[in-house]
Amino acid sequence: MDAVSTPTVRPKPGGRSGLRLLVRNRLAAFGLVLLAVLLLVALLTPLLPLPDPDATAPADRLLPPGTPGHWLGTDHLGRDLLSRLLWGSRVSIAVGVSATLVAAFFGSLIGLVAGYAGGRVDNLLMRSIDLVMAFPYILLALTIVAVLGPGLLNALYAIAVVNIPFFARNIRGVTLGLARREFVAAARLSGARPATLLFGEILPSVWPTIVVTMSTTLGWMILETAGLSFLGLGAQPPQADLGSMLGEGRKLLFTAPHVSIIPGVMIFLLVISVNLLGDGVRDYLDPRLKAGALTAPVAATAVQRDRPADRADGSEGPDPLLSVAGLQTEFHQGDRIHRAVGGVDLVLHPGERLGLVGESGSGKSVTALSLLRLVPTPPGIIVGGEIRFAGRDTLGLSARELRQLRGGRVSYIFQDPLSTLHPLFPVGDQLVEALHTHQDLSSGKARQRAVELLEKVQIPGAQQRMRAYPHELSGGMRQRVCIAMALANRPDLVVADEPTTALDVTVQAQILELLRSLAAEQNSAVLFITHDFGVVSELCDRVAVMYAGRIVEQGPTEEVLSAPAHPYTAKLIECVPVLGESDRKVEAIPGLPPAVDELPAGCHFADRCPFAEDQCRRGELALENIGRDRAARCRKPLWSEA
Amino acid sequence: MTAISTTKLTRIFGGGTTFTGRHRPAVHALLDVSLDVAEGDTLGIVGETGCGKSTLARLLVGLDEPTSGKIRLGGKEVRTRGRWDRRERARQIQYVFQDPGSSLNPRKTLQHALEAPLRRLVGLDAGRRRERLAELMEAVGLRRDFLPRYPHELSGGQAQRVAIARALAAEARYLVLDEPVSALDVSVQAQVLTLLSRLREQLGLTYLFISHDLSVVENVSDKVAVMYFGRVVELGDRRHLFQAPRHPYTELLMRSAPRLGQRHIRAETKPAELPDPTNPPAGCAFANRCPRRLPKCRTHPPALEGGPTGTLAACWNPLPSADAETLSSKPVG
Repeated sequence: MDAVSTPTVRPKPGGRSGLRLLVRNRLAAFGLVLLAVLLLVALLTPLLPLPDPDATAPADRLLPPGTPGHWLGTDHLGRDLLSRLLWGSRVSIAVGVSATLVAAFFGSLIGLVAGYAGGRVDNLLMRSIDLVMAFPYILLALTIVAVLGPGLLNALYAIAVVNIPFFARNIRGVTLGLARREFVAAARLSGARPATLLFGEILPSVWPTIVVTMSTTLGWMILETAGLSFLGLGAQPPQADLGSMLGEGRKLLFTAPHVSIIPGVMIFLLVISVNLLGDGVRDYLDPRLKAGALTAPVAATAVQRDRPADRADGSEGPDPLLSVAGLQTEFHQGDRIHRAVGGVDLVLHPGERLGLVGESGSGKSVTALSLLRLVPTPPGIIVGGEIRFAGRDTLGLSARELRQLRGGRVSYIFQDPLSTLHPLFPVGDQLVEALHTHQDLSSGKARQRAVELLEKVQIPGAQQRMRAYPHELSGGMRQRVCIAMALANRPDLVVADEPTTALDVTVQAQILELLRSLAAEQNSAVLFITHDFGVVSELCDRVAVMYAGRIVEQGPTEEVLSAPAHPYTAKLIECVPVLGESDRKVEAIPGLPPAVDELPAGCHFADRCPFAEDQCRRGELALENIGRDRAARCRKPLWSEA
Repeated sequence: MTAISTTKLTRIFGGGTTFTGRHRPAVHALLDVSLDVAEGDTLGIVGETGCGKSTLARLLVGLDEPTSGKIRLGGKEVRTRGRWDRRERARQIQYVFQDPGSSLNPRKTLQHALEAPLRRLVGLDAGRRRERLAELMEAVGLRRDFLPRYPHELSGGQAQRVAIARALAAEARYLVLDEPVSALDVSVQAQVLTLLSRLREQLGLTYLFISHDLSVVENVSDKVAVMYFGRVVELGDRRHLFQAPRHPYTELLMRSAPRLGQRHIRAETKPAELPDPTNPPAGCAFANRCPRRLPKCRTHPPALEGGPTGTLAACWNPLPSADAETLSSKPVG
């Protein structure tokens, strides 16, 4: 067997960028270089002018390293250590790699079949695997070798068998998740047979896991080969192998330490290089880690305002609760700059309910998160504008001041309560914590207040539900808990980001009514983010429509919906079927919104607008007043007071 | 002619005993569902989470087997035994999933996804496949140069078009559309709805359109079935059903749905939860939440019965059609 078959991992999709990513990870790159050197030397060994590794020369026994002709010295039989080391490494690598491949093949096969078939087959296969795992692995390997007889090939089998469970379990877990995915069902409906489904549809998605498991086990395998050889069960004399060299040197540890230290160092280098590279490969292939789980976002979004905020002057009337001027939030990913929010102006008065409407990618959620600097950095950066909440610029606040605002005077409600509530604490404890963070309450008082809050959001049996964990509640109940939490500290502003999108209509109706009445009772202003004009009509006094990072129209809800000024608003309204108006024809908007990393000049909607002219595609468009309390970012608004 | 027909279709999950002899809880996901969809029609199915609408869809296309009851496609009863039967069925009825992103294999090109049914179900050779791919892409309004791309390179709307093209590739005349536009943005939703109605006319397709969104269902359907807790509670012509709902649950759905330009929602006063599916109530499943409940609602299950408008409702005390007037919504303010 030759060492050519080493699985030096080349990440498949976009190989070059993958390699670059790997190289950027310094330790992994070090591992890669080290391993490459070792492999190259092992490959070239037959071509090097080395003495025969097995030729004994009793006269030259135990020469120290540095002797001319024997650079690493000789062993107790006078064999050249350098030659034995290189030939031995070849054997160790070949056995380690082959054992990995064998274990990966059978282990993955078992895992795939068990995960796909499920039920009895799964039970049978996995319990057998458990049986194998119940033995201490070295004992099992010893038993196998004892039965088959010592020898390199038998050691290889033993190591492979011992490692099959590791693969089988890993792969089964991944397969189990994939086999129930919709694309597998879709392929079945396309006429695929079970074998095609398993190897044609599921296997490609399991590959990365197999590769990662292989790269992390290879080091072990080399160590285990050395271990068995060390015990005299692997390579048989006179054949050299790192483990047997170590075993032979053990007796001479004090008289001629170099005989055992040299193969020891080699094993160390091999294993460390494989492991470092393996970690790098895992970091690259593991989607969770790639998604940035390794880069912890900082407590508040970074602010790099090089553009001065154009302060909206001369605003008449009472001081607004919240005023946003020229807010710009960008995501910097590699060389790409995504301008998610490209200059948003908003004003919200105490007790007012403003709906922020837009499609996905319009920047409505990023706008909401930017208010208290909750956009994760990296990659998010606020690059311009000003956000004044109750007269203070939140972009200039310290992390401590921001924490006081968050959940205190400003609270958030998100779409998915399951991911905003902590799964391991009872909801009551989480409510009490929210109260304690912002109010000086005794713990009895806080619990009492928490129960009151749960009653307020109409949770039946509030006292008992305090002890319920989030997963024990239905989606509607969980969202009620989130609302209770958001209202716990009587906030001046509630930011609700699609809080009813994941809920059923009847539950949505209740949540909307709850939100409306509670906000009115506490005189909290609401910034309600949604894609649904119906929900906006139900809840909001005013509406702002966002498109490609900017507000394109703003005004009182009824007016905007009955006489939209911006063509986008008008077209969007035509897209929505309305219950009870079954003869209303749904008109689609052709095309897609522009990508926020390549925004066109002029009006972002021009390419899809039926009224666009050349002038629309030039220069900057401002959000201009077109009537009392109404504004549109359009050169040719469909409605204006004039 | 009846395209899709189900008779007393029932699906019970679990049940039986474990090998230590304990009883496994049985979940009645679908109970005695009988529906007929005429050739070329669209039957809309409305209901909330856990009402069994997706279970029904999976039974129809053969991704799951009914516990009892019959399915007839194009007048012939579906057999589920051999591979040949399954292929025949796949050529008759296809399924479009809710989330286009997850119904396409992330590691395979669109060409691969679209060619699979052409090769395996229709049995076309390479040359014919190429022609057919071009036709399919044109039918769903996508450029041909999308074919070598991967699903992650597509937007949600484009991916849903590909999923529809895949369903068409099998030359199936019946499509089960399971929330096909719920995951899409409003403007894209309208594009896909327009595409679906165009395809229905051009190819003479029959749709079973499942959605939780009443306005979408009203927009696309000829007939509508309202489901609650695994049962059909109201079934009828779209216009009659939405103008004069007879079942209190349909009425509740209608007054809970927000409407553009109107402020009209009247929600239930108490949070309501579905009955325990492992221990279904003896009478009407909606009785607990129902404002029109009678004593016998808790003890006797109501059957689907016709009213003056022809709408069938499973209710002991259905809404009189005169209530239709009070339902028409008030304008804002």
